[in-house]
Amino acid sequence: MPGMPEVTTVDVASSTANLEAGVAKSFGTLYRGGEGMWTWVLQRVTGVAVFFFLFVHVLDTALVRVSPTAYNSVIASYKTPIVNLLEVGLVGAVLYHALNGLRVILVDFWSKGPRLQRQMTWVIAAVWVVVMVPGIFFMLKHTVETIFGSTS
Amino acid sequence: MTAAVVVPETPVLIAQDVTFRIARFLPDVDSEVHWEDFVVPMYPTDRVLDALSKIKGDLDGTLSFRRSCGHGICGSDAMRINGRNRLACKTLVKDLDSSKPITVEAIKGLPLEKDLIVDMEPFFAAYRQVLPFLIPDGHEPSRERLQSAEDRAIFDDGTKCILCACCTTSCPVYWTDGQYFGPAAIVAAHRFIFDSRDSGAEQRLEILNDREGVWRCRTTFNCTDACPRGIEITKAIQEVKRALIFRRV
Repeated sequence: MPGMPEVTTVDVASSTANLEAGVAKSFGTLYRGGEGMWTWVLQRVTGVAVFFFLFVHVLDTALVRVSPTAYNSVIASYKTPIVNLLEVGLVGAVLYHALNGLRVILVDFWSKGPRLQRQMTWVIAAVWVVVMVPGIFFMLKHTVETIFGSTS
Repeated sequence: MTAAVVVPETPVLIAQDVTFRIARFLPDVDSEVHWEDFVVPMYPTDRVLDALSKIKGDLDGTLSFRRSCGHGICGSDAMRINGRNRLACKTLVKDLDSSKPITVEAIKGLPLEKDLIVDMEPFFAAYRQVLPFLIPDGHEPSRERLQSAEDRAIFDDGTKCILCACCTTSCPVYWTDGQYFGPAAIVAAHRFIFDSRDSGAEQRLEILNDREGVWRCRTTFNCTDACPRGIEITKAIQEVKRALIFRRV
């Protein structure tokens, strides 16, 4: 509205009030983004997950300075199938975060990156699967043998 | 003579009932946004805009939405159709799954005023901030400012922008951070930064070299997917980022 700045300001204020009064309260459908949006969401999720692992990891490792016995008992408590599964999740999260990080670096610094982002997404997905399949096999081998018995 | 007459077979288009689930909000009546379903007979070649016009004309005159040209040029009818930002006048019913209700919502991230109408002022404020006009230097030439086809090609993509806000309101960063310039403003800046006739590049780069400038972009490519003009928006934003890093325009 040219020439009517005061009116515009009032409109903005009142509509913002509506917005805050609950209009924007996560109503509506989820935005249906493409590969770019979901890789970004996953990057955040895995980033936070890895951060929490590092937080716990620094704490339990620091425990060795406090009391080696306590440290040993904490580490011993990790030797369960559930923690083994968490480790697989951790490797998966770190691997994804690293691969997608490389993809984002290419999107940022390589002039052809933005045009090839979709293809690069499928490349990192393929690399992730290729690394994770044998990774899961060897990481869970011990647990599976302990629970279900060894074949050899 | 009669034997030679071939009657061309006209393809038969059958109108089918399609449900449109529209996010309604009348500020004088409603306290919050809610869905309303409208069943409209539609031909597969009809546009979503036709459905909205039919609803407003025949079923519920209170339905409010913006439209001007109706042909994808003015950029008035950007809305979220089946969860994606689209122009209602460029979205055909046959390209949507009409076996399920088609959802139509206002674009996200701008203050909602009524039904499908949002306040575009924050969007245009960001646009104005990047100085979206030619800044020439030297004396005014006595003839046209000439430019080679190669120089034009560098920024040609960005000149297609119709300021519909599909891109800016598809950006997850813009939804949560109203201070971010948004893709459309950066495309507008890019269009002049890389114009050989323009000399305001440094000024615009400085404006965008900000916490809320190009560095806020997280390359989700939602803007590129949403653009009804097919502008490679993320690519343009990345070019501005690289121009800032390497200071080469």
